Amino acid sequence: MVTERLSSSGKPIGLENVSRVWGETIAVDALSIEIPAGSFTALLGPSGCGKSTTLRMIAGLESVSGGQILIGGNDVTGRPSSKRDLSMVFQSYALFPHLSVAENIIFGLKVRRMNRTERDTRLKKVADLLGLSQLLERKPGQLSGGQQQRVALGRAIIGEKPICLMDEPLSNLDAKLRHEMRLEIRSLQQQLGFTMVYVTHDQVEAITMADQVVLMNKGRLEQAAAPRELYEKPASPFAARFIGTPPMNLFPANAFKKLCTAPDFQLGVRPEAMHLQDSGPVSASVRAVEYLGADILADCVVAETSFQVRLPTTRRVTPGQSIELGFEPDALHVFDADTGRRRDDLVSEFGTLLRS
Amino acid sequence: MKMRALKLKRDWIHGWLLLLPALVFLFAFTHIPAITTLINSFFSTPRGRRSAKFIGLENYDRMVNDPVFWKVLWNNLWFAIGTIPASVGLAIVMALWVNEKLMGRGFVRMAYFTPTVLPLIAVANIWLFFYTPGFGLFDQITGFLFGWPASNYLGNPDTALNAIIVVTVWKEAGFFMIFYLAALQAIPVSLKEAAQIEGAGRWTIFWRITFPLLMPTTLFVCVNAVINSFRLVDHIFILTDGGPDNASALLLFYIYEVAFRFWETAYGATLTVALLALLSLLAIGQFFFFDRKVHYK
Ligand SMILES: Nc1ncnc2c1ncn2[C@@H]1O[C@H](COP(=O)(O)OP(=O)(O)OP(=O)(O)O)[C@@H](O)[C@H]1O
Ligand SMILES: [Mg+2]
Repeated sequence: MVTERLSSSGKPIGLENVSRVWGETIAVDALSIEIPAGSFTALLGPSGCGKSTTLRMIAGLESVSGGQILIGGNDVTGRPSSKRDLSMVFQSYALFPHLSVAENIIFGLKVRRMNRTERDTRLKKVADLLGLSQLLERKPGQLSGGQQQRVALGRAIIGEKPICLMDEPLSNLDAKLRHEMRLEIRSLQQQLGFTMVYVTHDQVEAITMADQVVLMNKGRLEQAAAPRELYEKPASPFAARFIGTPPMNLFPANAFKKLCTAPDFQLGVRPEAMHLQDSGPVSASVRAVEYLGADILADCVVAETSFQVRLPTTRRVTPGQSIELGFEPDALHVFDADTGRRRDDLVSEFGTLLRS
Repeated sequence: MKMRALKLKRDWIHGWLLLLPALVFLFAFTHIPAITTLINSFFSTPRGRRSAKFIGLENYDRMVNDPVFWKVLWNNLWFAIGTIPASVGLAIVMALWVNEKLMGRGFVRMAYFTPTVLPLIAVANIWLFFYTPGFGLFDQITGFLFGWPASNYLGNPDTALNAIIVVTVWKEAGFFMIFYLAALQAIPVSLKEAAQIEGAGRWTIFWRITFPLLMPTTLFVCVNAVINSFRLVDHIFILTDGGPDNASALLLFYIYEVAFRFWETAYGATLTVALLALLSLLAIGQFFFFDRKVHYK
């Protein structure tokens, strides 16, 4: 009801071979991604992989060294940020410290000389939506982190822009608030229907919120896919180890006696996909055991490769013990050791070999 | 209980002992002279064997009826109006410019700061040359461009004070720029970026974001500028010596003349009291004026 008028239909964003270079450092390297209209896309990757740079290039705050940025089908590469029709939430919130909450939220509307009545109705709606009605007269310095976060959100959504960019907006909040805000941002995006590009280095955040996760590594695109696909079919060993806690176990193929003929591949199995199985394909010795309550996490070694398994608490496992492990055929991931590419065509072959 | 009280007392004594050196200097060189000045202003000037005697408000009466006093006060007002807004405005513009990413930024910063580093006496000599009738830089330029005749900027009662104002603005702007530069660098870039994203242009960003955030600095700089406008006299000695006909004399210069050229120390003290009262009023007024407009972090 409140959001009747507060809605904006998203616009698609396209990056075509976008690069950004500073002297020697290549922050973003020929990155191409498609962000569908109205979708929630998370840019995910380790620190320094170029997420912020990519977002800032979309926003027009950073110039592009090469390539093209398209918004709604139009080339905006050379346009200043004020002409790109988007909003942004900064990691530090970037609230204007000398302006009240209300003034902060309507800053953009005032710049665009929107008339007063329209401005006030919008402000009221946004304030109600975000639970800021009581705080409108305060200065940002008198707000808690979560409230400041909300003000920044309010400033971003009041303009009803088709695109909203966020750079690690939750990293300054505590775990509980983070969880709440995660849900709030996601539902806000779904209600209002704008296109969201959300930078995070937290895989849980990306997986739980996004429609599409763009995984980056050292300025390059590693994989762009839906969260489920990213987990189930990681395109590279990097993606395999970045998504999921604890990360996927990777073995050189020759760690298994039965596969010593195929040394150029890496095999991956998630810790939670392995289970105890007498005369299973993996016979390992247990190094250490971590008790997690619901289950245990065992550090094991096979042929000098250490890996982890998640096991039920029902059977006692102690350090020094030898155990035999198995996994379902489709839990196996095969990567080319040279190119790092995923080789789905070899999964069944290796699976049968291992089990034979 | 008793131990606590004893310890408290010892702390108290320690505290005062630590403050003592600073207090001695503060009183010896600031408060005692100020009070002596105030007392002297109620006495006559001692001459030879005649010692000073109490004459009440006679010195003040003389001051109010002294046309030169009103003239230098008026000059000083004009000097303040001429120097403060111009030097503060110029300082902001230079700071904004130097804060941008431009080539040779360090060099430009240094160049702007040079007038502040140079001793005023040297500066005044340079400007003396600029203002020289006929050969001076200004006359050469105006003569070359517009064919104007030689003019004696410093010797003409109509232009002498303005000529000094120009030198002062040139001297002060670089100094104030440093404060603005420091303040500008303390403003997070993300604020500017956030405003840009919201569609604000340079002009809007300056007036709605940067300038309000610079307010504490502006207050500080303005207080300094006001005090300086009453405090600076050295360049007057070199450039005009207060002349012609007191056209470029300022209050403090007049005080110097009265006290140390004519040796009328009591009247000098009276003028000093007037100056101090004026300065305190201005400082208090400024704080009240700015208080509601300044956002402190
Ligand atoms: N202004 C700059 N000048 C030079 N190098 C820069 C600049 N900004 C970023 N970089 C470099 O570009 C690379 C990518 O930086 P970026 O800020 O995009 O990383 P990020 O993925 O956002 O990391 P984080 O998760 O830590 O925020 C880094 O190696 C960084 O050092
Ligand atoms: Mg970043």
